[in-house]
Amino acid sequence: MDWLNAILQGTLLGGLYALFAAGLSLIFGVMRLVNIAHGDLIVLAAYLGLTVTVGTGLHPLLALILVVPAMGLIGYGLQRGLLNQTIGQDILPPLLVTFGLSVILQNTLLEAYTADPQKLDAGALETASVSLGGLTMGILPLLTFLIAIGVIWGLQWIFYRTALGRAFRAVSDNQEIAQLMGLNRRHIFGLAMALALAVTAVAGILLGIRTSFDPSVGGARLIFGFEAVIIGGLGNLWGTLAGGVILGVAQTVGAKIDPGWQLLAGHLAFLVILAVRPNGLFPRISG
Amino acid sequence: MNIQDYTVSRSTRAARVALVVTALLLVILFLAPWWAGRADMRLMGELFLYLALASLWNLMAGYAGLVSVGQQAYVGFGGYMLFASTIFLGINPLVAIVFAGFLAALVSVPVAILMFRLRGAYFAIGTWVVAEVFRLCFAQVSSLGGGSGTSLPVGIVKSLASERAMREALSYWLALGAAVIVIAAVYLFLRSRQGLALTAIRDNELAAGSLGIDIWRNKFIVYVVTSALTAMVGALIFLQKLRITPDAAFSVYDWTAFVIFIVVIGGIGTIEGPIIGTLVFFALRETLADLGTVYLIVLGFVAIVIMLRAPRGIWGLVRSRYDLEFFPLSYRVHLKAAKGQDGN
Amino acid sequence: MSDPILKVHGLEAFYDDFQALYGIDMHVDRGEVLAIIGANGAGKTTLMRSISGLMQNGAGQVHFGGQDISARRADEVALRGLAMVPEGRQLFPSLSVWENLMIGAQVGRKGPWNLDTVCELFPILKERADQASTSLSGGQQQMVAIGRALMANPDLILFDEISLGLAPIIIRDIYAALPSIIGEGMSAIIVEQDIGQALAVSGRVYCLQEGRVSLEGSSDRVSREEISRAYFGIE
Repeated sequence: MDWLNAILQGTLLGGLYALFAAGLSLIFGVMRLVNIAHGDLIVLAAYLGLTVTVGTGLHPLLALILVVPAMGLIGYGLQRGLLNQTIGQDILPPLLVTFGLSVILQNTLLEAYTADPQKLDAGALETASVSLGGLTMGILPLLTFLIAIGVIWGLQWIFYRTALGRAFRAVSDNQEIAQLMGLNRRHIFGLAMALALAVTAVAGILLGIRTSFDPSVGGARLIFGFEAVIIGGLGNLWGTLAGGVILGVAQTVGAKIDPGWQLLAGHLAFLVILAVRPNGLFPRISG
Repeated sequence: MNIQDYTVSRSTRAARVALVVTALLLVILFLAPWWAGRADMRLMGELFLYLALASLWNLMAGYAGLVSVGQQAYVGFGGYMLFASTIFLGINPLVAIVFAGFLAALVSVPVAILMFRLRGAYFAIGTWVVAEVFRLCFAQVSSLGGGSGTSLPVGIVKSLASERAMREALSYWLALGAAVIVIAAVYLFLRSRQGLALTAIRDNELAAGSLGIDIWRNKFIVYVVTSALTAMVGALIFLQKLRITPDAAFSVYDWTAFVIFIVVIGGIGTIEGPIIGTLVFFALRETLADLGTVYLIVLGFVAIVIMLRAPRGIWGLVRSRYDLEFFPLSYRVHLKAAKGQDGN
Repeated sequence: MSDPILKVHGLEAFYDDFQALYGIDMHVDRGEVLAIIGANGAGKTTLMRSISGLMQNGAGQVHFGGQDISARRADEVALRGLAMVPEGRQLFPSLSVWENLMIGAQVGRKGPWNLDTVCELFPILKERADQASTSLSGGQQQMVAIGRALMANPDLILFDEISLGLAPIIIRDIYAALPSIIGEGMSAIIVEQDIGQALAVSGRVYCLQEGRVSLEGSSDRVSREEISRAYFGIE
């Protein structure tokens, strides 16, 4: 039963990792950009949530109403003002610029909020749980998992059912021809980053409710998200959810064996899958 | 004019002058224990080790196109191997440095085989994951202090040299030696056949492949060699610090982000670039260090601005203006002056 | 006679150090079908890329609909009413046939062309609407590419080598459809290596040779000798 419980908790944790990963996956899918600052942007969203909840007394989940559009705006501005200049054949400019951004973000957060660990207070939600045939599920992890499914379903819908999604795919396929069709790729990329950071806002708030955070924890979130993307297969959002779940389960099962092995087990699961299935479990596009 | 009227050489006047200046400079630097203060020597030692790391990363990314953000794996591995082999096996620290490099080469083989499955930026983050695995593994080793790390026992420190001044001088010379050896090795490597193949791969992977250059093998060799040398530099870094923790040993910021900034600011894909970048990095650090986090924010901005406005770095700007090359890699065609006249 | 829809003056284009176009002067009148012919490497595709805004690294002016578009990006030029059927069709592989057509309508210009009228012109597209564009035959793909350009209701449409790589019978069908496509106030530039087809449907012709205009004339009046001289640069 303990093992089953570990698997269940890992599955729910996977929802959070899928939320970390969804933004990365979207950005890579549309513009082949890998954003090293992605984890720090998740942490930024958590801090924005902190400021909103402390300032207004709103519940963290209600703070999403403000944090999601704020992160969306930051994403659009960041893409048009900075990241669009790095898009091209060479992978070094985006890598270095987002690395620089990561250093800037981390230290700005350090300046603004100090290194003290913070947490978002979600009240009774944090401890509430339901029992199901001897297994106990926290309401918060369950809610996180359901939100992850909802977010991925929403992204999938935007991608395959709307004019915006059509434009994303067209620009991803062939930037020049898309331009000939009147699509301004700078604007489209801006919208893609806005959407990715809106998802990041959700991820950041849920992270902040679940655990304490400080300015330095972004790097690990980037890695979890990255691993979920690769395990699931590039360009497949449902695969990313599966990747998040596999990573989450590996971590909780690892922690069950020895508490020190939690993160290690997750990384090893990633490396094993990379060795056996280099394109991930459900690949859609080639990297 | 005939083909005999031309000579092809790599040597330039600037390069010959630079050679003399470099030799003089090396002598002066070698004598630092007799003219520099302890704090200055420590700082210069650190500078040389960063210079070595930057030159190695530059070889990998700037020439072999392997943009790794996980070289902290080998810095930390080297540091830990130094501690482990001196503490557990009683190996002399100087021998342990070489031993650490050898072990890193062995470890880097399976890592390369696995990581080379990832392309571009995904290779980059994949190497970061490997570094995290290293960090978490060493944090599990309780005999090396687990997550809180360990110090180098006094006996081992003393085995280097009994006197403190001598130890500090030795540590400085090792750092200087590491920088000189790494730069010389990178230079000679790039002048060799292998280096030529590498440049071809960087310039055009498809064409190089069709010319029969084994791209995978060339990249693999570079990865293994740089990993081994990076581990040796790592061993030196922690021999200087005398204390190691998993977080310090495998810090992505200290051993990769700053190193990348150095290379890009100085000029990627040139031997001179990392040298200039290291000097700029330390100049910035020493003038802005009092500002704490603001210094890092400034550093981030500088790196971004250079990448966007001058992607060839400071050395690239200098070179495009003055056509200088202190470490000549490119061939130049010279018209023989004497023969050029008799045609008229 | 009103202003020409497209006026090109002194246009030059470069690929790094290589100059591909030298002082091109040309114009397209409203409602006119213009042919541009020339051998491989004569600069036809470069000319199309420069006009459409995909290439902006040269000198000279391009006026479209009375406005200077020399410094405009391709998407801005498209919004002003210029559409292109690119060489090699270049459909979006991850979009269905229907979605490829809808991307063409992205510019939001009003006019006679919409999904219904495009499907009337090429009925097969209606049957294949939900299929992946990559599953179509070459000829069908060309129909999608033409339909996609028409969906923009452009004032000027550029056809870049539409017969390339297609079977003769399909080329014939597509050229047979051209007169009903053009007309309705639309102008067109047809870039072709297949001189016969190009001359048959066009009113006027320019021939390019090594980046320069080597011949300009009315399509029914230029002689075979003039063309072969302008085309190959031999007497």
